[in-house]
Amino acid sequence: MTFLRRTIPLAICFVLGITIAFQYYVPNQHSSAFLELMTRWDKIIAGFAVFIGAYSLFHLHFSRIKFKAAGWGYSIFVFIGAGIMLFFGFYNEGEGLLADKQEGSMFDWLYIYVQVPAGATIFSILAFFMASAAYRTFRARTVESALLLVAAIIVMLGRVPLGALISPYLPLAADWIMSVPNLAAKRGILLGVSLGAIATSIKIIFGIERQYLGGGD
Amino acid sequence: MRLIVSLLCVFITVVFHGTGAMAQYLEQEFTESTLPEELRAFDVPDDAGGSIGLSWKASPADSPDVSYIVYVSTSENGPWQEAARITSTTGYKSDAPQYFGFRKKQRNHHFVEIQLQKILPGSNVEKPYYFKLAVVKGDSVKEFDEVVSARAKGNWFNMSKLNNLIIMVVFSALVLYFISHARRHPGMFLRKISGLEAVDEALGRATEMGRPVLFVHGLTPIGSISTLAAINILSRIATRVAEYDTVLKVVNNDPIVMTVSQEVVKESYLEAGRPDAYNQDNVVMVASEQFPYVVAVAGIMTREKTAANFFIGFFYAESLLLAETGATTGAIQVAATDSYTQLPFFITTCDYTLMGEELYAASAYLSREPMLLGSLRAQDIGKAVVIGAIFFGTILSSSGINFITQLFTGF
Repeated sequence: MTFLRRTIPLAICFVLGITIAFQYYVPNQHSSAFLELMTRWDKIIAGFAVFIGAYSLFHLHFSRIKFKAAGWGYSIFVFIGAGIMLFFGFYNEGEGLLADKQEGSMFDWLYIYVQVPAGATIFSILAFFMASAAYRTFRARTVESALLLVAAIIVMLGRVPLGALISPYLPLAADWIMSVPNLAAKRGILLGVSLGAIATSIKIIFGIERQYLGGGD
Repeated sequence: MRLIVSLLCVFITVVFHGTGAMAQYLEQEFTESTLPEELRAFDVPDDAGGSIGLSWKASPADSPDVSYIVYVSTSENGPWQEAARITSTTGYKSDAPQYFGFRKKQRNHHFVEIQLQKILPGSNVEKPYYFKLAVVKGDSVKEFDEVVSARAKGNWFNMSKLNNLIIMVVFSALVLYFISHARRHPGMFLRKISGLEAVDEALGRATEMGRPVLFVHGLTPIGSISTLAAINILSRIATRVAEYDTVLKVVNNDPIVMTVSQEVVKESYLEAGRPDAYNQDNVVMVASEQFPYVVAVAGIMTREKTAANFFIGFFYAESLLLAETGATTGAIQVAATDSYTQLPFFITTCDYTLMGEELYAASAYLSREPMLLGSLRAQDIGKAVVIGAIFFGTILSSSGINFITQLFTGF
């Protein structure tokens, strides 16, 4: 059992990890074809995984309705929404399931005029959340908070026409903050992230880090 | 009528004289002695095949109003088809350092890359192709007789990525060496990471309050190294949650990540000796799209009043929406992300934030296993080397010596 649950996955990870890492340096068409094949496998597996995800989602909401969990009424809308989308997806403007997806169908209409605006509504809340988060953070109680507050005021004013009216130096100061200290910090973080990502990849490829397989070592 | 005829005569004279003067110019400037010299066709190196490079020596007659046309044919005798056109003051070998390096003399030669499939779609790129040059000024074209040929072939190693390969091999060797060193010499010093020290505090608080712990992956799929790092941390947290006998809720937006997470949490409960406490319905996929996912997770936070929230992985715009909702419910929040654009949002709304590389160090930190800790030392040495290269590279580059900059140039 350990052989199936540990040894084989670790062997696959090692062989494919090394192969794909070196594939990056091989421009030959056989190498590109191999990468394409692997990508296709990835897509096929992801396609099957959608059913597992859908099962998990429906099972969760079915259980919520069954046991009358807090807010179970909302779960009904999951089934109604999924049912409507599935119906129009299969109906495909009368062409049926086996035909290519028709453009401008009811399925598209529901996506463009219901799901996209609903998503945009949630996204728009971000502005208010930003204001409340900024209010908490910009209370100048420490030196760092005070620095953050000053930098934020300069950048915010420097990025709007009002800033240039107050002083022509504000946009310049804002640009300097963004392109010098901000960029330096960003690159410092990226540098650490890149090395960390490589080190983690090596640990995973060589089977040193194997927590993602579940359980202990 | 006489005026119109006169104007017409003047116009014809000007046009024909102009064209004649142009042709004369081309004849004079590009005589046999000033023909594009060293015309060469060759397989473009470091590619999958299908591209041929053409180079020729820059002419003293090159000027912004003179252009070169490259013609291609499958036969030495034509028919010819235009494959590329460049202004004679552009398209030098120095513009393609990935093939020719950074030497200054590369500016003396023109270089054009011809992608055969784009010019002759459906053709067999492995057979020889023939090329010739023409020079253009205004409407006048002078074709040269010299024909060169080359055959495109795929290469087995991309030499322009040699620097990348060397850095990767050296750094990998360094990581493996320090892992082996740490196994022989345990007890490595590790600076305190307060965000990870707070994990036990957060789990203890959740246990005391009798409320669940929420673990949120980022939005990236299983192929992302951030997600794998998050799953490694999930495993450590799940083991402690099982020991504390509290409820762990893991919400996903990717079915594969969900499946792996279910397996990881299940095994962690088993390892902690509490397989009975594992409930598969607590590790679920709530939505596959970004904002429905946000709404679902925010709903769980507000309805179930989670006592501790862990936001670990790669996040996009949902970071602030999730963390601010968690902050309003009064949960203790720990975030770890390598998404630097979202870091400010987590710092402002979470109690503890692990920045960048700390996400990758977290699993080793929580486990304290010497083998995992060893890689952290290699990362520190790698950082020191890069900082040194940046420092000396800046000084040398400011003095006009670009050796270090060129050494680290990626293609």
